[in-house]
Amino acid sequence: MNADTAILVAISLPMVIALGIAVAGRFSDNLREAVTLFGAAGLAWVVWGMLPDLFAGHRPAVEVSQLMPGISIAFRVEPLGMLFAALASGLWIINSVYSIGYMRANKEKNQTRFYCCFALALAATMGVAFAGNLFTLFLFYEALTLSTYPLVSHKGDAATVRSARIYLGVLLCTSIGLFLPAIIWTYKVAGTGDFTVGGILAGHIGGADVGLLLGLFVFGVGKAAVMPVHRWLPAAMVAPTPVSALLHAVAVVKAGVFTITKIIVYVFGVDFLFAEPSSSWLVYAAAFTIIAASVVALRQQNLKRLLAYSTVAQLSYVVMAAAVLKPLAEVGAAVHMVAHAFGKITLFFAAGAIYTAARKTELGQLRGIGRRMPWTMGAFTVGALSMIGVPPTGGFVSKWYILAGAFEAGNLVAIFTIIASTALNAAYFLPIVYMAWFATEEAGSKAHGEAPPMVVLALTATALLTLGFFFFNGPVIELESQVVREVAQ
Amino acid sequence: MDLTIHLPVLQVIVPMLAAPFVLLLKPRGLAWAGATSVALLSFCIALSMAVTVAGGGHFSYDMGGWPAPYGIELSVGAFSALLLLIVTGAGALSLLAARPSVDQQIEQERQPLFYAAWLLVLAGLVGITVSADAFNIFVFMEISSLASYVLIAGGPDRRALPAVFKYLIMGTIGATFYLIGVGLVYMMTGTLNLADMEARIGGVTDINPILVAAGFITIGLALKAAVFPLHVWLPNAYTHAPHMVTVFLAACATKVAIYVLIRFDFFVFQANLPGHQLQFSLFLLPLALLGILVASSVAMFEGHLKRLLAVSSVAQIGYIMLGASFLTQAGLLASFAHMFNHALAKGGLFLAVACLAIHYRDLRLDQLAGAARSMPLTAAAFVVCGLSLIGIPGTAGFISKWLLIGAALERGFLGFVLVAIILVSSLMALVYIWRVVETLYFKPAVVEAQGPGEAPLQLLLVTWVVALANIGFGLFPQFPLALSSAAAELLLGHTL
Repeated sequence: MNADTAILVAISLPMVIALGIAVAGRFSDNLREAVTLFGAAGLAWVVWGMLPDLFAGHRPAVEVSQLMPGISIAFRVEPLGMLFAALASGLWIINSVYSIGYMRANKEKNQTRFYCCFALALAATMGVAFAGNLFTLFLFYEALTLSTYPLVSHKGDAATVRSARIYLGVLLCTSIGLFLPAIIWTYKVAGTGDFTVGGILAGHIGGADVGLLLGLFVFGVGKAAVMPVHRWLPAAMVAPTPVSALLHAVAVVKAGVFTITKIIVYVFGVDFLFAEPSSSWLVYAAAFTIIAASVVALRQQNLKRLLAYSTVAQLSYVVMAAAVLKPLAEVGAAVHMVAHAFGKITLFFAAGAIYTAARKTELGQLRGIGRRMPWTMGAFTVGALSMIGVPPTGGFVSKWYILAGAFEAGNLVAIFTIIASTALNAAYFLPIVYMAWFATEEAGSKAHGEAPPMVVLALTATALLTLGFFFFNGPVIELESQVVREVAQ
Repeated sequence: MDLTIHLPVLQVIVPMLAAPFVLLLKPRGLAWAGATSVALLSFCIALSMAVTVAGGGHFSYDMGGWPAPYGIELSVGAFSALLLLIVTGAGALSLLAARPSVDQQIEQERQPLFYAAWLLVLAGLVGITVSADAFNIFVFMEISSLASYVLIAGGPDRRALPAVFKYLIMGTIGATFYLIGVGLVYMMTGTLNLADMEARIGGVTDINPILVAAGFITIGLALKAAVFPLHVWLPNAYTHAPHMVTVFLAACATKVAIYVLIRFDFFVFQANLPGHQLQFSLFLLPLALLGILVASSVAMFEGHLKRLLAVSSVAQIGYIMLGASFLTQAGLLASFAHMFNHALAKGGLFLAVACLAIHYRDLRLDQLAGAARSMPLTAAAFVVCGLSLIGIPGTAGFISKWLLIGAALERGFLGFVLVAIILVSSLMALVYIWRVVETLYFKPAVVEAQGPGEAPLQLLLVTWVVALANIGFGLFPQFPLALSSAAAELLLGHTL
């Protein structure tokens, strides 16, 4: 398959899968889930098939529709987007295995709708990843918000609907209220919104306007959850755990930080932004989010909410790394997207496994659970260590690059933040790990074993990926270094 | 004989002459079939003219071979072609879907009358659009208004009667104001043909009567167009009309009045009256903004689904006027594109309401709770069209929002304020649409649906065609934008 058509296939295939799921759901659950699994594998095959082209330095591109002069729906694959798409499509397979185990064991209702919306969310994710200009990116960004809304409100009771309203309200208000005007402003001053190596804004805008436009972008992209627009992420935790795992630890949130990184690299241009003092606030905003979210996470009693606040903090690592505006840090931003994805999806899988097997959701209930669920808590421990950044886990690799970039820039705020947050991460993750393995279980608690095998299989796989990424991260770094080299040329 | 040159006149006389025949079609269903085929034919005529016009063509037709300014002239340029598409499209699609809903609401023996009145409204609206002559515009305006009073009052809802009475009084005041204005201009220039008027006003020595005429015409048409605060007739008339009539009128009726207002202003007054452009802009801009904000706020707290959508129309008319008040190519383009896109979105929403009304007689929001469970396809169509109304990317409504914001940004500091207002009102639209969505999907049902399953296929199918058109024209908006752009150039070319 030609790489240009592969883009269109990658975006339309999940839509076809969604349709297939809807039809298959009428006949049999097994058939429906087979469609999901094979669909996910097919998508990964298509997306991963584009990798050799990217490594060879090609940039596949295709234009679908020119809406108005200068404004078109167009796609162009570059290393950042390729990495994001490969990550999301690959993890979708594992997540589908997990979903099947989880949804069946918990006897969730409306499973066909669930799998359908999941596939649609993946289509939107592919669109975000491959978007060739701001207009196209915005189109799929909003599609991602809307397609995940039914997943967040899945349970349908009053409390869930209220949370889903916060989810939708924050994401749509920020995107329509801030992101959209920023995009239109960009098109007006630059005459284009195409993602271009070296940026498009240099020479068209200057002074305080740069900081203002950057602010509109950063807070407009609510999915990146830079405080104070992070409230939707804890609210989204009412969703079934597979949604929290793939969408609210990988696809949706990474779409946010990916968008910000892409805008910094391909719209502003790293060098242009570095030379502009009015853009320096972004490091402080991200640093504040990292510290504040970690402190809030310390105080959480509910496991999924704790993970959500940890995600808020980890997302700002990516934003901060991108905002350091040094080549090594940009690589670190991309690598951290991967490392965090592996670690956090493992943690969510574990949280869901605990809920499925033991109906436990609060931290206080986890005493001694490691002995009943050794596989789950083993994976959880690996994920937690990766969040802290302990070798041999993936989290160490990305922290290394981000720190190296921060030293290169001489950015003391960033260096201090990384060190402080490492301590904070340890402070809220290690007690859980300790309690699960070494504390004695409360007397009279119900006996239970491991979660269903498909669940355990999935979380073991992602835990292995977290460990493996420490050793085998060469291709990712090679791919992302292309971004830096392109800019330097 | 080349039939193409007769298209402008066929556009009017086909539905007009067909109306009395439809009255004679007594057997069950025949009146509907007759009216629908006529409306579809009208739509085809409009489409073929639009294609020609988009390719740079222009239609001008002298009735009876008498050349203007002595004879009656019909003309179709880009602007009129766009409006004709909206009017005939709305007329044809709503008629195509109408039968189940009309069978439910109108007694069998009164249906031929109902469909005949429908065709007269259609004839009147297209007549206004193709007329190049101020007095004929008035005549067709009266035809469409009188027939639409009949349509609105024709349903089973007795509350439609006071609503239509209010509409009648205010509509007549509007039409009379317009006529007074036209009379004054005629007194000073001795002509009724718009192009001729434009040429002759320049030679008028005493400009005062013309100024008065401009005032009367603007106010009269603004009343017809339901420009805030002259909109008070609209919400009740749309709420209590038969559901399919609401679909038809909400999609196109006020837009035709806006069309005449803009055309009169740009063609006749702006070139000749010093400072008129500024007056027009300063008069409309604040009204448009107030309309957008006030109507959107009201809609957020409205408890009746149809009135909620009707009030939202007042806000949407504000967007159209806002774009026009910029007096720039980008502003007019946004305004005209929004005429088209709003017709799609609001038409689709009211079609979904008509679907709901098949099983839910009471359309207050609290009565509709949980309706999505029994009517999932209808509810999904409502969501799609609602997203288009909000202006979510990928839908037609987004295109006009994008253009409008782009046009506003050309106005410097004021532009930023305008952009803020447009965005805030979009979020208000999000609130009032999402209230409905949450009610349909998540609230526990209060009343049982009066019938099993979905709306009849005929109604549902058209609803989905319109819903998908909202997405289609959001991804491929080239054709309506080409027409809108040509229309904007045409109007501006006149003033420069």
